[in-house]
Amino acid sequence: MSDNMSLVPNEQKFQSRIDAEEKVEPKDWMPEKYRQNLIRQISQHAHSEVIGEQPEGNWISRAPTLERKAILMAKVQDEAGHGLYLYAAAETLGITRDELIDRLHTGASKYASIFNYPSLTWADIGAIGWLVDSAAIVNQVSLQNTSYGPYARAMVKICKEESFHQRQGYNIMMTLMQGAELQRDMAQDALNRWWWPSLMMFGPHDAESAHSAQSMKWKIKRRSNDELRQQFVDQAVQQAQAIGLVVPDPDLSWNEERGHYDFGAIDWQEFQRVVSGNGPCNRQRLAHHVEAHTEGAWVREAMAAFEAKRRTARAEVA
Amino acid sequence: MKLNDPLTRYVVRLGDDALIMGHRLSEWMSRAPFLEEDIALSNVALDFVGRARLFYQYAAELMGGEVTEDTFAYQRDVRDFTNLLLCELPRGDFAFTLCRQFLYDAFSLPFTQALCHSTDPQLAAIAAKAEKESRYHLRRSSDWMLRLGDGTQESHERCQNALEQLWIYTDEMFECDDLVNDLVVAGVAVNTSSLRSTWLETVTETLRTATLAVPESQGGVTGGRVGIHTDDLGFILAEMQFMQRAYPGLQW
Ligand SMILES: [Fe+2]
Ligand SMILES: [Fe+2]
Repeated sequence: MSDNMSLVPNEQKFQSRIDAEEKVEPKDWMPEKYRQNLIRQISQHAHSEVIGEQPEGNWISRAPTLERKAILMAKVQDEAGHGLYLYAAAETLGITRDELIDRLHTGASKYASIFNYPSLTWADIGAIGWLVDSAAIVNQVSLQNTSYGPYARAMVKICKEESFHQRQGYNIMMTLMQGAELQRDMAQDALNRWWWPSLMMFGPHDAESAHSAQSMKWKIKRRSNDELRQQFVDQAVQQAQAIGLVVPDPDLSWNEERGHYDFGAIDWQEFQRVVSGNGPCNRQRLAHHVEAHTEGAWVREAMAAFEAKRRTARAEVA
Repeated sequence: MKLNDPLTRYVVRLGDDALIMGHRLSEWMSRAPFLEEDIALSNVALDFVGRARLFYQYAAELMGGEVTEDTFAYQRDVRDFTNLLLCELPRGDFAFTLCRQFLYDAFSLPFTQALCHSTDPQLAAIAAKAEKESRYHLRRSSDWMLRLGDGTQESHERCQNALEQLWIYTDEMFECDDLVNDLVVAGVAVNTSSLRSTWLETVTETLRTATLAVPESQGGVTGGRVGIHTDDLGFILAEMQFMQRAYPGLQW
């Protein structure tokens, strides 16, 4: 309460609405920083869905069976759909999709760093679906209660589809683990490469997280990075063990007292390196998006020109 | 892989068309001009891959033994594939992909409608599902012809160029060889040569509205049905079959 005393009346009222778990809607008054913070988070989320199409999409043409191919296509298509829901949610905050894409291209807006790693073998498609979508679910379930209405509703829609993604990824891993030795090696190798980047998906430790405190107060975020990461580790470790995979962390152990797994230190230097643009695929991922967007400009112009002609024609009739 | 039974050969043919078309469309994922098109193109791609699976599953059933849908997709070389050349041409730009789609959809709708009346109940059932999809595909690709044809000068030119490039490959859709003719007599297959006038009407009407010219007939390139393809199919297969070739005999 004493905290709220320092706020101007509008902000005070706003904070009490948040405290009362009321949803903020597009037309409601909101502090400029709340708006900007949300735009940052939602657009980062949207870009992640879209850039995430690439590492998985590049295995559609090589999927080992027709059934896997069809499932992967549906999965990647869902991710594009998630991007769409999220851009729409961001647009309710008074920013256009063009501006959002521009920010992605200039590097002003980020996307999940994990998509800067390459998908080298078919097992990577299993690992991504299982781990990356699991991590996304853990995060997104908590965001179903985020304070901004359109964002919360987008999360509800998205979460429904994510569990299918997670299951198909885990099913790929399970099938590999039940297969030949080379398949088990492939699966283990994929886990070795994707495990730590998955833990990094939850962001810096709470103490070091730049945006966390204010975002929690505004209920843009509902649970801390470390809490979410712990939940992910607890479930993923058991899933790994169930199919005979070894989590690549020598410090991993069950802590009876905490009722959670303790795990080793995350290499934050690696995290910083990739976030700041020097991961293995940062340049290709962005260049791919820029290229597709640039190459598509004439199509978007044609659509606009066609619509304009139609409007004129309608006006003449009327 | 030698296929002797005429019905099996016919069914595999239809599966090949759908698989290769689906493959080309799926190449657009993450590369479309805007996000809604990523989704729409992958929707259509999924329809075609789904259609291929139904045809191949039926063919596998006809062959019996160890053969599965994947045998057809992953265990055959270029000379065994019998898809239309139109389906395998590289995706080109967005105009090329949509013009190809339009020319094919305008064929595919009357084709699947006719196949619904096949005396072979399995083929008729697959066609019933495919016909609904084709109806939507044609609506979609026709809309794009209008937008691109009557959009900007650039989009108009790109479309017109694409049509000129594609036209020579359209003849093959209406070609009836002995295999088809025999199955037509049995009421199983569609006499595609009888679909040409319907097709041309649809195409002419839409292109006219889109301010595009119907290309002059240049004769036709054919060969897909007997496994004489363009250079491009080999590369599709090299990519598509990589896993099954590198790691044969495993479950995935
Ligand atoms: Fe997603
Ligand atoms: Fe997902």
